[in-house]
Formats: sequence, structure tokens, C-alpha cells
Amino acid sequence: MSTPPPPVHDHVGLPYAHDSAPLHVTGRARYTDDLPELPGTLHAALGCAEVAHGRLIALELDTVRQLPGVRAVLTAADLCHGTSCGPILPDDPILCAGEIQFFGQPLFAVAADNVETARRAVRLAWAEYETQPAHLDIASAQAAADYVLPPVDMQRGDAAAALQQAPHRLQGQLSVGGQEHFYLEGQVSYAVPRDDGGLQLYCSTQHPSEMQQLVAEALGLPAHAVTVECRRIGGGFGGKETQSAQWACLAALLAQRTGRPVKLRLDRDVDITVTGKRHDFAYDYDVGFDDSGRLHGLELTLAARCGHSADLSGPVNDRALFHVDNAYYLDAVALHNLRLRTHTVSNTAFRGFGGPQGMFAIESVLDDIARELRLDPLAVRRANFYGAAPRDTTHYGMTVADNVLPELVDQLERDSHYPERRHAIAAFNAASPVLKRGLALTPVKFGIAFTATHYNQAGALVHVYLDGSVLVSHGGIEMGQGLHIKVQQVVAEELGLPLERVRIGATDTAKVPNTSASAASSSADLNGQAARQAAGAISTRLAALFAVLYGCHAATVEFKGGQVFSGEHRLDFTELVTLAYRRRLPLWEAGFYRTPKIHYDADTRQGRPFYYFAYGAAVSEVAVDTLSGATRLMAVDILHDVGRSLNPAIDRGQIEGGFVQGMGWLTSEELYWQPDGRLATHAPSTYKIPTAYDVPEHFTVTLFDNANVEEGLHHSKAVGEPPLMLALSVFFAIRDALAYCAAPGQRVPLAAPATPQAVLDALDAIGYRPGA
Amino acid sequence: MQQRPIQFYYRGDIVRVQQQPPTRTVLQYLREDLHACGTKEGCAEGDCGACTVAVGELRHGELVWHAVNACLMLLPALDGKALLTVEDLAALAPDGLHPVQQALIEQHGSQCGFCTPGFVMSLFALASQHPGAGRAEVIDALSGNLCRCTGYRPIVDAGVAACAAPPCLPNPEPIVAALQAMATAPALDYRAGGARLRSPRTLAELAELYAAVPEARLLAGGTDLGLWVTKQLHELPELIALAHVDELKTIEHDPEWLRIGAAVTLTDAFAALLAEYPELAELARRFASPPIRNAATLAGNIANGSPIGDSMPALIALGARLRLHRLGAERELALEQFYLGYQHNALAPGEFVRAVLVPRRLPSNAAGPAPFIRAYKASKRYEQDIATVFLALAITRDDSGVVQDARLALGGMAAVPARAPQAEAALIGRPWNAVAVEAAMNELQQDFSPLSDLRGRADHRQRLARRLLWRAWLDSQGMTPLQLDELEPIARPAPEETL
Repeated sequence: MSTPPPPVHDHVGLPYAHDSAPLHVTGRARYTDDLPELPGTLHAALGCAEVAHGRLIALELDTVRQLPGVRAVLTAADLCHGTSCGPILPDDPILCAGEIQFFGQPLFAVAADNVETARRAVRLAWAEYETQPAHLDIASAQAAADYVLPPVDMQRGDAAAALQQAPHRLQGQLSVGGQEHFYLEGQVSYAVPRDDGGLQLYCSTQHPSEMQQLVAEALGLPAHAVTVECRRIGGGFGGKETQSAQWACLAALLAQRTGRPVKLRLDRDVDITVTGKRHDFAYDYDVGFDDSGRLHGLELTLAARCGHSADLSGPVNDRALFHVDNAYYLDAVALHNLRLRTHTVSNTAFRGFGGPQGMFAIESVLDDIARELRLDPLAVRRANFYGAAPRDTTHYGMTVADNVLPELVDQLERDSHYPERRHAIAAFNAASPVLKRGLALTPVKFGIAFTATHYNQAGALVHVYLDGSVLVSHGGIEMGQGLHIKVQQVVAEELGLPLERVRIGATDTAKVPNTSASAASSSADLNGQAARQAAGAISTRLAALFAVLYGCHAATVEFKGGQVFSGEHRLDFTELVTLAYRRRLPLWEAGFYRTPKIHYDADTRQGRPFYYFAYGAAVSEVAVDTLSGATRLMAVDILHDVGRSLNPAIDRGQIEGGFVQGMGWLTSEELYWQPDGRLATHAPSTYKIPTAYDVPEHFTVTLFDNANVEEGLHHSKAVGEPPLMLALSVFFAIRDALAYCAAPGQRVPLAAPATPQAVLDALDAIGYRPGA
Repeated sequence: MQQRPIQFYYRGDIVRVQQQPPTRTVLQYLREDLHACGTKEGCAEGDCGACTVAVGELRHGELVWHAVNACLMLLPALDGKALLTVEDLAALAPDGLHPVQQALIEQHGSQCGFCTPGFVMSLFALASQHPGAGRAEVIDALSGNLCRCTGYRPIVDAGVAACAAPPCLPNPEPIVAALQAMATAPALDYRAGGARLRSPRTLAELAELYAAVPEARLLAGGTDLGLWVTKQLHELPELIALAHVDELKTIEHDPEWLRIGAAVTLTDAFAALLAEYPELAELARRFASPPIRNAATLAGNIANGSPIGDSMPALIALGARLRLHRLGAERELALEQFYLGYQHNALAPGEFVRAVLVPRRLPSNAAGPAPFIRAYKASKRYEQDIATVFLALAITRDDSGVVQDARLALGGMAAVPARAPQAEAALIGRPWNAVAVEAAMNELQQDFSPLSDLRGRADHRQRLARRLLWRAWLDSQGMTPLQLDELEPIARPAPEETL
């Protein structure tokens, strides 16, 4: 698509470094645990259940209380007000009141003089349990039909009839594992009582407003008495959207009880044990298709492990259903979605938010069809792309207005030399019995907006001070994604100021209220718009003053380079600000933004839940060791659509980082529960995220030349989540390599994550014996 | 030994510590006691690298900086050394940013920034030791640093750029002077918080001390003992450090044996082993990470007796022995005889490992073809992971190709690293060929009954053991490519010239 060249900006579109980069590299960037501690600060630790499912019969805490240095012990019986920290349903006990739902569920909390004493104290407790049978995986929960939320069906057309009439038909089963967020900064909350009975919280969270609300409920206070502040967090990825609130509630309750500041910082092992993860899914499919691989009908069951409570499992599963189509037109489709209760930690948001699990299913189905038809999977993918009407509406009734994928994929196929490499790989594999190479190109289409329409709002507060410097407060959390620098660029652009004249302040519920989580890839879209609107209102007011001063038309007034001018009239921004102040004009504004055009009817499951789609595609080349099952990514080429990039350096970072995180999900990251329900992979020694070695030297990222068809923010597009799903290309390249070990027409039953064990299982199923 | 404070060089001064218990970690000391919060805690088990700091010491009179994990390093281990943290680097460059820091900013190498101080210090240590290091060295140096945001590409690029810049190091003179001054201090006897750590200087002192206090814990590199402190909250009232015992710090090459002292770090031990047995390069490369290898010792990995210690199968296959010492009496035993059960070994009370003895490679003019030695690691992740199954083997054949001796040692297959007697028997006396190897593969099933756990199912372990042996056969026949790191990506057509 040839789009007009982007407008020339002073700041928007430039590759500025992350605003905190100099602080990061020098160790000066402060995270919650680095804030200077007030005198008298206590440190908290959790006492956790040691059965997966059962009743707490006795909990002996006297020895805990008696340990010198212990100042308070809190159990469920001490919760006088709110008792749940569930974001949507009140089914997430802050402390377990007796019915234990997962191994590691917090039973009590201790505050002591120092971290070591608190952690030592919780080990002195003695508990007795009446153990009950536990459902630890999808299969057992499905057999028991135990749901945290009712099953959901979504359909279009008559899938059963289409399946019957289709020229070809396949059935299969698939599975994909969960994923631990492994944010480098663990969960931490620091609660400081105020003199008025209120509470100040410093917290590592993606959702300060929800935390404020839940803490206020737990303390029995109005929201105005609780303030949550966060300057930055050391990674979130969804893991601090809802699941940071529990630790804030506990720190707050202990602070209220002792009257002293209390910090609760979870040790890594505790953190991984007590916080939710990406949902693992199991799928059953029945698909009908023609000779080209084009889908005629699809019936798909998606069974999700939600853990013990609802948390965000409703919207996560909704998004999985919305993304079962990925880039493909599903004509007749019937989806059945099971939201299963297991006696494991409550699964939650994780970058992609169900989208990856939806896409995994359809990409697997298309790959199976390609094997069955002995076609290149890319040809089958192409045969199913969205196209002209009527093949341009999703199964939930949204028109795919700007489907750039056909040309994006053509460009990537050409630039990455996919066809030539395909031939070279076939030749290599024919001569190499042990090492096999594989190649896959997979597309991504990802819907941008919170699917709950009302979350799509944001506020910002812009202050212009008399020296012409500008402080921006908005509702978004800086978690490494470069949100603050993007907002800073947008505001500097709007006011025509050098970048350093604009500062983004800490996120604070006392500055901007009722904010949405920094999630759904939407933080820049929403908060950037709100900040732009506020800055725009100020510049409009200043332009009007300028027009009065010089007798020109306000519409002709421009802000650029710290100057304000119209024709030959020119004034320093600071001078104009001073003049405005003397005329008693307000130099601050609140901005507010609500995403237009979106709507969704949860009853009919039809509507336009997304403002627009972000697109991308990746080609991954892998090699597989058929003796050990080890895999290696050899090369990757990515072409991704961020619209008109607000900051190409930041966007590239999001694309690369998301891709590698997705690769970890699909390859080395494996959650392993012991038969007693204990999560054995609770530390980086046992849970293996990618390292630098796993990232190939050939790693190209190109931004697709495109502009958002929606106005968006300077016609940019969201970038946080979509690139994660580009990593599906790694998984399907591994499948491709294994397909060279299989007989023609044979499917590759590879489970995700493609650990060495999973790879060898697939090879055993295929019946391949290397080098024999 | 006389009581004295722990002393080390930090920010221009010799710091003396006398209040903190000897089990206080360097990270706890920095963050909680000094409120120097640039160094982060990500995992407190030496796997994420957010706490990486550089420790300086004199090597042959030269000041050398190593990256280590502050979360596992106990304060007494700093005694007599210099400590450099992320906050200190900026001061080294006139413009306020060290080349490593500058490169990370320019390459957009930080996102959330929490892991960044650790990456900075690992790259600083690399740049200080290997100016001009390339991509492979940078990746190796970063194998102990996890980043969840960037996908590493910009960090690796920054590392290469920083290593290409002129070296930027602290002025060595005051540090060397301080290190030399501290070296004259008496042996450390440190008591605080109800615990005691002694750091003898001679073998005789150590032996006497340990015999007198056999319940004391020996502290070598401390990378496992650190976990007892940070994760298990063990009380360790009596510690005896090995780091300053002269006789334990040496690597001796006698005609038949390589004698690696019990206080020799893995970094140094592997260097000596690789000079003799280059076949172990991958083992060394994939063993933990540089910060761990810089602190941990080979003898510690062995004496610790973890069922999954990845050095042991290779050492057993090579015929390594341990020299044990107790109050002047010494004995030797084969490494495989050292292990009696899960975390249970043959040491008597008061007895300790003095040295690991590895046979020298036979000269190339010795009779028969050179022994076939290999070490294969199978794990979920290439770097810094513990093997699901580790197979090491040494096959000696006569001129006619008949196997004279076969030593097969496996890790991850039993409670202790162990040889495979039945598989070995199936090979010895038979020609080294596919039939014999397949027979040995079947015998492996009899030799081991592995467990299912997070690293793999029992049947997967059995399968891996068989296939790694099959790999050895193919490897011995010169089949290539056999290892993933032998491969390059598929070549692409050169860009068309524009007309």
C-alpha cells in the first residue's frame, strides 16, 4: 500500500531513547523497593497453604507471634471489611478463610522488624489440613465439569453442515502451555499510614486505580483516603494488572493494624507460587476444507485452565475467541469455550491476553491441513486470508477495514527469501539425518482496545509552570514499554517545546482518578490522547491570547521550538506563559479521551470490540536436533505494522522483546506441577526463559509502511502485545522441521511448549529414528 | 587466629565490617545496610543476574575484575578484595557515563531497566578482561543475566560496541595499594550475630580447625551455601572458608595427574581442563554462568553432591579421583565411589576434599588410537540450565578397533552421578560398531531407573540416555553436522545490484 509520506514532526516519530535510560544504566532509577524507607518501617511475609485443595482445620500461630521482632500477624479472621481482591468477581480471598484452593494460597501474613525475621517467622506456623481431591490440570477439571465461569459458545453459520459438505475433513487435539510472567522486579508494596487515617501506597502495579479501590474496601475507607503512586515498574506483562492488589491490601492492612509503614516484597519463589500465569489451553477441533486448504467449516473447543478463581479469565477467554480467526476468514464456525476451575493459582492477564491461545489453535489447524494436503503451510494460510466482501467480516461481526496482510506477507516472503530458503532447507534435510531445519511464516492480526468497552478511557493532567516547563500526569504505568517517552513526545509536539521542557510525573491516583490498567496495548493510545487533548487545550488558550496581543487570527498561531509565532510576530513560549498568568488564565488542563466507534453486545457476541487491528508477520528458520530434541532459532525476519510509529526505536524494542517472550512461551518455558499440587518451577533455576544465546544474530525487524486508517494518535498503532504472537512462527518452524522426518501427508503432533521432551515425543509418534 | 573485622575496598576506602553476621550477603549489605540500591534482587539464587557486581583482586600483581552474583556472595568472601557496583561506573568516565552505559543507552538496551545494572556489570567485567570481545564472547558473558523486556538483541549489540571502545577502568593504583595493604592482615576470624567464620591460610590450620569443629560448614565459592541462607534461612553458626588456604588454590600439573585444589574456581578449573581435554568445551560453556563460575569451585560442585552436578559425569568418565584430607592423613578414591546416596558422600567427620585429580591425557605416541572422549548435555535451555540427562564417555580401543575400556558416566539418571556398568560391559571386548552401541543402549535401561520431575519424565530420560549414546557412535564416525551450534543459517541470495 502506498501511503502518503508522514507529516514532518519535531518529536513524534523520532527514535528517542527511553526517558529513564540514563537512570537505568547508572542504577539511579528507583523502583518501589529502592525508595528510602521511613523510620519504623516493618517488613511483611506470607504464610502459605501446603495442600492444593482442602480445609484448614487448625492454624497454630503462637510460635510465630512469639518470635522476637514480630509485630503483627494477620489472618482472614482479622479482615473486618473487604475480604476479596478479585477484580471482577469477589472470589479471590485476600487471605484464605479455611477453604484452600491451591498449593501456596496465603493463609496469614506477618509484619516484623526486618525481612529476615518476617520470613523466618512464617515458617514457624503449624497447620493441619483436611485434604480433598484436587484438579490440577485441564483434563481433570474438564472431566469434573468444574467451571469458574459458565461455558461460552460463539458461532457463525452452520458449522455442522459445512463440515459434512466439505471435500476434506480432519479432527485433532492440541495443547499449549501456560507462562510465568517473570517480570524481573517481583511484586512489592509499601504502605505508609497518614496522619488523617488514610494511607499512601507505593506499589509495583499496572493498575493503581483498581488497587486503590480494593485497598480502600479492605481497610473500610473511602477511596479518597487511599493514594497509590508508582513511578515505574520492573516489568509487568499483565502479571501486575490485577494480581498486585493482594499484596497491597496485605501491606495496607498490616500498616493500619500497626500504625507503621509496612513493606511486602515477595521473594521470587513465593512470587511465582502465589501469582497467576498465562492460561494453558487444550483444544479439540473438527475442520472441513477444500483442495486448496481453504476452510469450509470449523468446530473448535477451547478449554482453558483458569485456576481457582475468575480473576480476568472471562475477558482473557473472550479475547481468545476473538482471535481464533487470526488473519483468516472463518465462514462457518462453532466455538465452545470452557473456563475451567483447577486447584492451582488463578491465571490472569499476560501479554496477548488470550489472543495467543486463540491464534495458536487456528495456526495449528492450518498447519495440519497443509500437511494433510502436502502443501506449503504458507499457501494454506494465504488461501484463508481475509479478503473482499463477504470475506471481510470476523465471526463476531466486525469488518476488517484495513487488511494489509496480503501485501505485508508478500513483501516479507520476498524480502526474507522464503522460497529460496524453502528449497535449500529441503535439500539440507535430505542429506542430514540428525539435524533438521524448518521454516515458517506466520501472520498476526490483533484487535486493539479493551474488549470491555468502558475501560477504553483515559485522563491526563498537564501543568505549565511559569518558567515554561511542563509536567504531565496521566493514568498509564511506565513498565518498560516506553509509554512515558511517547507521551512526552506527543505533548512536546503539541506545545512546540524542546523535549526536555516536558516531564512525565509518577503515576498517582491523586492526580488522575479512575484510570484503566496499563494493558491491552492501549496505554499510549489512551493516555497519549488524553495528554494531547489537555496540552491542546492549553495551546489553544495561549494561541487566543497571542492573537489578542498581536491582532492576528488564532488559527494562524504556531508553536515550535519553544517559540510561538504567527507571520512576523514571535514570542518566547515562556514569555507568553507569563503574560497568560498575569491575565489570570489557567495554565493547566485536564484531558480526557474515550475511544470512538467501539461497541460490543455480550449477549449476541456481535459488535466492534476493537478500534482497529495491528498486523505483522514473521519468518523463522530453526534447526532441530532429533537426538536430543533441542531446537535453535537460526534466523528471524519480522515485518510489523505500527502505523506511523510514534517512536521507531521504542517500537522496535517492543517487537523484538515481544517476539522473544513469545518464543520462550512456545519453547523452553514449562510450568510443572507436582502430583501434590506444588508448582515445582518456581524460580529461574527451574523455569527457563530465553537467554541471549537463544536470540539469533540474524534478527531483522522492519516497520511496515502504513498509517492507521483510524485517526488514532498521529495515525500510530499499538505495539505492546501483537509482536508476541509473531513467535508462533518459531513453533511452526519447529513443526516444519519435524515434518521433514514424517511421511508425506503425516501430521506433526507437537505439543507446546516445544521442549526437548515434546520434540522427542512428536518424533516418536511420527516414528523417526535419527541416523539409523 | 585473631578476631578482626571483614575489610574490603569500596568507593575509595577500606571498609571494615564488624556488626553484620557472617551469613549476610553482599546484596543485603548493599541494599539494606548501605541503602545503595542500584544493585537489584531478582531471584536471590544466582540465576537472573540483576545483582551482578564486580569484584577486584590481584592476579600475579595485576588487578582483575570479575562479575559475581552479590545475592549469593557472603560478606566475608569480600575480605581482602575490592567491590565495584553499578553506581560506581559513571564516575570512571569524564562525561559521566561508562562506555558500557553509553552503549546501552544508544542501542536502546534498557526497557523496564530492572535487569540493566546487572547487565552493565557483566559487560564491564567482560570489557575489562577482553577488550575487543566479539558477539560470541558477549553472549557467553551474559549467560547469567536474564532480561524479560528487550529480547537481548540491543544488549548484545551494546556489549560488542562497548568492548570495541577504549578500556575504561578504575585507576588501579589506590586499589592495588589497598589490596596489598589488606593482604598483610591476619587470617580472618570473624564473629557477629551469634555466628563465626574463620578463614585459615594453611592446610594444616584448616585440617585442625575442621577436625575440632566437624559440624562447621565449609565455605568455598558459596554459590550453593548462599542458597541455604537466602532460600532456606538456615542458621549457620560455624563457617570455615577455604578461599585463603594456599595449598587449595593451586592447579598442579604432574606427569600423570592434573591436581585441581579445592579452592580453585570453576573458571580456572575449566581453563585447565580444556587445555587437556578440549572435548569438554561445551560442558564448560554451558555450566552455569560466568558470575557463578567465577565464584564456585570444582571441588564444591563435587562435594556438594547434587544429583545433577553437571561436572561429575565428565570427570568420572575421565577417571578422576578425589584426594581427601583429615588432620594430616590423606586418602584417595575414585570420584564415583565418593557418592553414597542423595546428598550423602564418603567424607568422614572433619574430612574434606583437598583436590580433584584428573588424569593427564596420554601422549599422542601412546599405543592404540586416541581415546574417544565426549560429554553431551541435554537440557531445556542451552545456557545456564541443569541437565535433564548428561552423558560423558571415554572409549579406549585397540588398533583393531576392539573396545578395551569403556567409561560411561551419566547425570540425571539416578540419585547420584553414576557409571553405567552393564552398558560398559556390553561394549568392552567388542568392536566399536553400531551393533555393540545398540546393545549398550539397551543395557542403559538396566543400569538406571530415573525419576520423573520438572526436567523430564523417566521414560524421556531413558530415551535421552540412549540417544546421547547413539550420538556418540555417530560422532565417532565423523558424522556432521551433529550439533546445532555447528550450523549457520541458510545463506541468502546476495542483494541484487541496482542498475
